[in-house]
Amino acid sequence: MSARTMPLRVAAAEPLSPRLKAFTLVAADGGLVHPSGPGAHLRLLLRNGAAVHRNAYSIVSSPDDRSHVSIIVRRTRDSKGGSALLHEAVKPGDVIEAGLPANLFPVVRTARKHLMVSGGIGITPFLAYIAAFQAAGTPWELHHFCRIEERAVFEALLAHAPAGRVHIHAGNAFGVLADRLARQPLGTHLYSCGPALLMEAGQELARSLGWPKARLHSESFGGAAEGGAPFIAVLRRSNLEIEVGPQTSLLDAIEAAGVDAPCLCRGGACGQCVVEVAEGEPEHRDHFLDDDERASNRLIMTCVSRARTPRLVLDL
Amino acid sequence: MTLQFKPDETFRNDFVYANSDEAVLRFPFPFPEDAYMYAVNIEPHVPGGPSPAYDNPFDLDEHYVAECRERAKVLEQDPGRCKVLPHMMAAQWDTLELIMESYAAAYPEHFALTRDGTLWTWENRPLGIRDTFTFGDASTLPLPPFEYITRQAQGDFTLQDQRDDNLFIDGGMVTTQADWSLDFDVGMTFHQWHGPVPLAHQKGVFDRALKFLLRLQYGRPVRRLNWTMTINPRLDTSPENYPSWGPDRTTVTPDNVGRKVHLRVELQSLFRLPRSNAILFGIRCYLCSIEDLARVEIWGKRLHRVLRDLHPDIADYKGLTRFRADAVRFLAPLDDGAPLPAGTAPGQSVLPAKG
Repeated sequence: MSARTMPLRVAAAEPLSPRLKAFTLVAADGGLVHPSGPGAHLRLLLRNGAAVHRNAYSIVSSPDDRSHVSIIVRRTRDSKGGSALLHEAVKPGDVIEAGLPANLFPVVRTARKHLMVSGGIGITPFLAYIAAFQAAGTPWELHHFCRIEERAVFEALLAHAPAGRVHIHAGNAFGVLADRLARQPLGTHLYSCGPALLMEAGQELARSLGWPKARLHSESFGGAAEGGAPFIAVLRRSNLEIEVGPQTSLLDAIEAAGVDAPCLCRGGACGQCVVEVAEGEPEHRDHFLDDDERASNRLIMTCVSRARTPRLVLDL
Repeated sequence: MTLQFKPDETFRNDFVYANSDEAVLRFPFPFPEDAYMYAVNIEPHVPGGPSPAYDNPFDLDEHYVAECRERAKVLEQDPGRCKVLPHMMAAQWDTLELIMESYAAAYPEHFALTRDGTLWTWENRPLGIRDTFTFGDASTLPLPPFEYITRQAQGDFTLQDQRDDNLFIDGGMVTTQADWSLDFDVGMTFHQWHGPVPLAHQKGVFDRALKFLLRLQYGRPVRRLNWTMTINPRLDTSPENYPSWGPDRTTVTPDNVGRKVHLRVELQSLFRLPRSNAILFGIRCYLCSIEDLARVEIWGKRLHRVLRDLHPDIADYKGLTRFRADAVRFLAPLDDGAPLPAGTAPGQSVLPAKG
C-alpha cells in the first residue's frame, strides 16, 4: 500500500488516428493493476534523457477490470514533451513508471442522471464514466464535439455505447447544447471535459439556465498543486542554502539536506511544519494559516507551500 | 507474531476480558505530552511507530474473535447499527476489497484471498468462513458486501461520500462506539456530525481537517488517535443503550477504580477508496484498565498528568467528570513528577507482575 508509484508494461500501442494513440498497460510484475474509479487519471513518469515529464492521462478502461489500464494520448502539435515521446518512442514491452491512480473528476453518486459534454480528446474520462453508468443502470447522455475529420475516430471509440445516448457533433455545432441543457430532469449533473473555451461556455450556459453550482463539474488537473518554479531556501540556523527543484517540495528538500524539520500530515492541514520566514515571500498553498497570517508573510508551511521570490530565508 | 485469540471473552454482563502483557505493551497510548488539547493530529498511516498496532492497514489482536462475536450480538438486537445508503454500492465493494487484501497480506496464517478474474474465494480461518463469490455481484454473497466484510473485521467503520466539497457520512458498521449514533448521524455533513465536540470548532480544527481529507489520495492513508474512558471493558457504549451503561459511572469507588476505569483509545484510519472515491474511516477500539496501563511506568505518570490537568469542557464532553478525581487519586502516588520523554513508546519491554 505504501508504494507511491507502480511499474507498468506497455502491452499494446495502437494508433487511432494520426494524432491519437491508445495504450494498454499491465502491471510489470504480472499481477493486478490498482483499482480505480470513473474519472481517475494516471500520472506517467516519462524519462527522456535527463528530462522527466509527468503527464496525466484519464483512464479510459472499465474501472472494474484490474487486468489492465488503458489511456489515449493526443499528440499536441508542437509537443517536445511526454505526448511526443509516447507517440514516437514508447513501444510494446517498455516499462513506464506511473503514480497510483488519482481521481479529481469523480462521478456524483447521488445524481439522478449524468449529462456529459466533451470536446476532442476530452472524451477520455467519459469512456470510463459510460462503462460505470452502463454497469449501474444510471441514466446518462453524452454530447461530444469534434472536428469533422475526426468524427469517424470518435464514432469508433463510442461504437459500443447505446446509440440513443451518444450525440457526436462535428464542426461548429455548439448551438445544440443550449437546448439540451434546458431540457434535463431535476437532479441531473453536468460534467464537462475538453478545451477550456468549451468547458467555460458549457458551464456558463448552464449557470444562465439556472443550474445550481453543485451540479456543475469540470475536469482539471490543476488541483494537485505539486511543484512549481524552482527557488533557493536559505536555512539560517543550519547555515545551509538549498535548491528546491520544480518537482520537489520545500519540506522534501529540507529533509534531503539532512535538516530535521517538524512535520506530520504533509498535506498542509495539521500545522506542525510551520516555520518562520525571515526574508522573501511565500506562496501559500496550505489550509492551516489564517488570512492575517498569510498576509504577514512571516510564516510558511513547508510541506505544501513554495516561494514567490527567488529566495526564501527560513528560521531553520 | 502468531495471534492467540480468546474467543470466550465478553464485553457485557460478566465482562470476561483481560489484556495479556503483550497486548498492554502494544497499546496505542495516545499522549505524547503531559497535556492534552484538540489538534489536527493526523499523520500518514504507514507501517512503524511506537507500537506494532501501527504496522498494518488494519490491526488485529487477541480480542478479534470475541469482538466479532460481540458485534453479531449487537446486530441481532439492533440491525440498524449497520446502514449504507443506496448510492454507496461501489464503496461497499471497495471496502470488501481493501479489508480482504489487507488481512490476507498481513495475516496469511489466518486469512486467504484467491482470485480468478472476478471469481473470488475468501477464507477466514479464525471465524470458520469460506465463501466463493463474484466480485461486483452482491447476489453471490450471503450479506451485502460492506456488512459481510465488516462483520469479520475488528473495529467500527464508516463510509464518507465526497460531493459538494464536503464529506457525508453515508454508511457504517458501528457497534463499538464511544457514545455516538450512526442512526442519528447518517447522511450528515462533516461539520454536522462533529457538531457536539467542544472547543475544536473554534480552533478551526474541523475546517482544516475537512480541507485536508477532501484531498486525501488513494494509496496514502492517514491515521490519528482519539481517546475517552469507559467503565468496565464495554465495547458497545452507544446512546441507544445508555440505560445499560450510563449508571456504571456511579459504581466507581477508590477501591475498584484501577480495575473498572479503562482508557479507551481509537486508532482511526482514513483511506481514499479507489472505485467510489469515497473515504473509509476505520475506528479500531482498544480498551485497557488504568491499573494495567500504569504497569508501564511512563504511561502511568503521563496519564496522571493529562487527567489531572484536563480542560473541564473536554472532561465533561468525554463523560469523565464523575470519576476523574478517583482516577487521578489512584495514579497520583505513581507519579514522582520527573520529566518524561516526549512520545508514546512504553520505554520498557517487560511488565512488572500485577500488584
